[in-house]
Amino acid sequence: MPVIEIQGKPVHVNEEGFLTEYDEWDEELAAVLAQQIGIDLTDDHWKVIRFLRADFTTQGETPTTRRVNAVGGVGVKEQFALFPKKPGKKMSYIAGLPKPHGCV
Amino acid sequence: MRSNGKTRGTTKTLVILGAGTAGTMVANKLRRRLPKGEWRITIVDRDDTHLYQPGLLLLPFGVYEPKDLIKPRDRFLPKGVDLVLGEIDRVDAEADTVTLADGRALDYDYLVIASGTSPRPEETPGMAEGEWRRSIFDFFTLDGAVALREKLATWEGGRLVVHITEMPIKCPVAPLEFTFLADAFFEEKKMREAVEITYVTPLEGAFTKPVASAHLGSMLEDRHIAVEPDFYVEHIDPASKTLVSMDEREVPFDLLVTVPLNMGADFVARSGLGDELNYVPVDKGTLLSTKHANIFALGDASNIPASKAGSVAHFAMDSFVENFVDHIHGRPMHHLFDGHANCFIESGHGKGLLIDFNYDTEPLPGVYPYPRVGPLGLLKETRANHWGKLGFRHIYWTMLLRGIPLPVPSLMSMAGKETAGPST
Repeated sequence: MPVIEIQGKPVHVNEEGFLTEYDEWDEELAAVLAQQIGIDLTDDHWKVIRFLRADFTTQGETPTTRRVNAVGGVGVKEQFALFPKKPGKKMSYIAGLPKPHGCV
Repeated sequence: MRSNGKTRGTTKTLVILGAGTAGTMVANKLRRRLPKGEWRITIVDRDDTHLYQPGLLLLPFGVYEPKDLIKPRDRFLPKGVDLVLGEIDRVDAEADTVTLADGRALDYDYLVIASGTSPRPEETPGMAEGEWRRSIFDFFTLDGAVALREKLATWEGGRLVVHITEMPIKCPVAPLEFTFLADAFFEEKKMREAVEITYVTPLEGAFTKPVASAHLGSMLEDRHIAVEPDFYVEHIDPASKTLVSMDEREVPFDLLVTVPLNMGADFVARSGLGDELNYVPVDKGTLLSTKHANIFALGDASNIPASKAGSVAHFAMDSFVENFVDHIHGRPMHHLFDGHANCFIESGHGKGLLIDFNYDTEPLPGVYPYPRVGPLGLLKETRANHWGKLGFRHIYWTMLLRGIPLPVPSLMSMAGKETAGPST
């Protein structure tokens, strides 16, 4: 796995640029990752990102858009508004988590 | 009324829920491994009709009749396995009891949930309403496939949209195959110019894994099939015959062939054993429930990150049987399943592709199952692959369901694969 530097901090990423180490992520890093894909993080974005981080620790996998709706309480339509076109991929990228399953 | 008793004397009971591909294989394999004097095996299903699901893809194009695809379930179950017919109401995982809708109760020492996944058109607004089975069709049910065959026989052309509602779905390559077959079908009917085909998918491209996705994507392009990726349907407007996405894109159709949302059995949800889509969370190596040490989930019913396909259920079976025997004797389970899947992909005009992959290795080009000689080509369109697919129906009924070993390894092998493919 390649190691890249984001704001002077080395992080492990996969071939698509997703962070591979849960603990290398922090909220400052998230803001940089978000900017890289053209998103300015608002409170509504943070609600989703924090849910993803918390859910991952209990479930061991990244929640799907369906689960973010059902358990995280943010509707799928709203997820599309916050993370245009590819919410599943974009929100997991910013949250420093693997892409959600379902893509199998 | 209790129709069987848990632990009568030293007898133990295994209850299997679902007598489809996975459940039937488990019953056959475990009946041979568990001594009859010590273990009772009961399998439950709502009816006695086993459907050969891979055939549903070809039925709309007139390849099969419904009678070619169904046989009685009990014909594939060995002596010493009791088939109980009834609707499952719920599992009480604390009391180790399964209750049927008619009030019968089955106690178990170990439970295998193999109740599969099914299409739920009612979950998408507008899908199962006035245009259902008029201009909106599914093909992964026998009724749906038959209705679609009738529609295709007389359809005069227009906009055909092939659509996936949400992943995961049963047989993730089936909608692509349907698209290739439809292209060939209309060409053979000399009406391809009258049909505009669009493939609408929630994925980023034609398939889930990069090398196969690129390959299959260029096959769509060659056939002049448009792809609408990243499309997450919000509703269908039956009046204007339009698919509308969560981000307000619209795709109009004259004929929609959709794969509705797939969900596991409702009793799984009623029993508190499922995730948001009623799949049972299990360890992906052992298939043991993450919550209950005497419940396993096999085949499409579990949440493992593998394709929902009979080949996955089949490849999981060998390691599962060894693990089960170790587990009931209190030994650690170490025959870990690798997520191996192997799918024929019909591409039309009597040809097909084959893909072979697992949790960690995506489908790659090469030959299968033997290096150099094949005879089947991986990620290549060949006639042998098409005949392999057709011939598989016979293998399914005579060998696979009965748990007779097939001459291919259960765990994925890199032999014969070309690993110097495009980097991903």
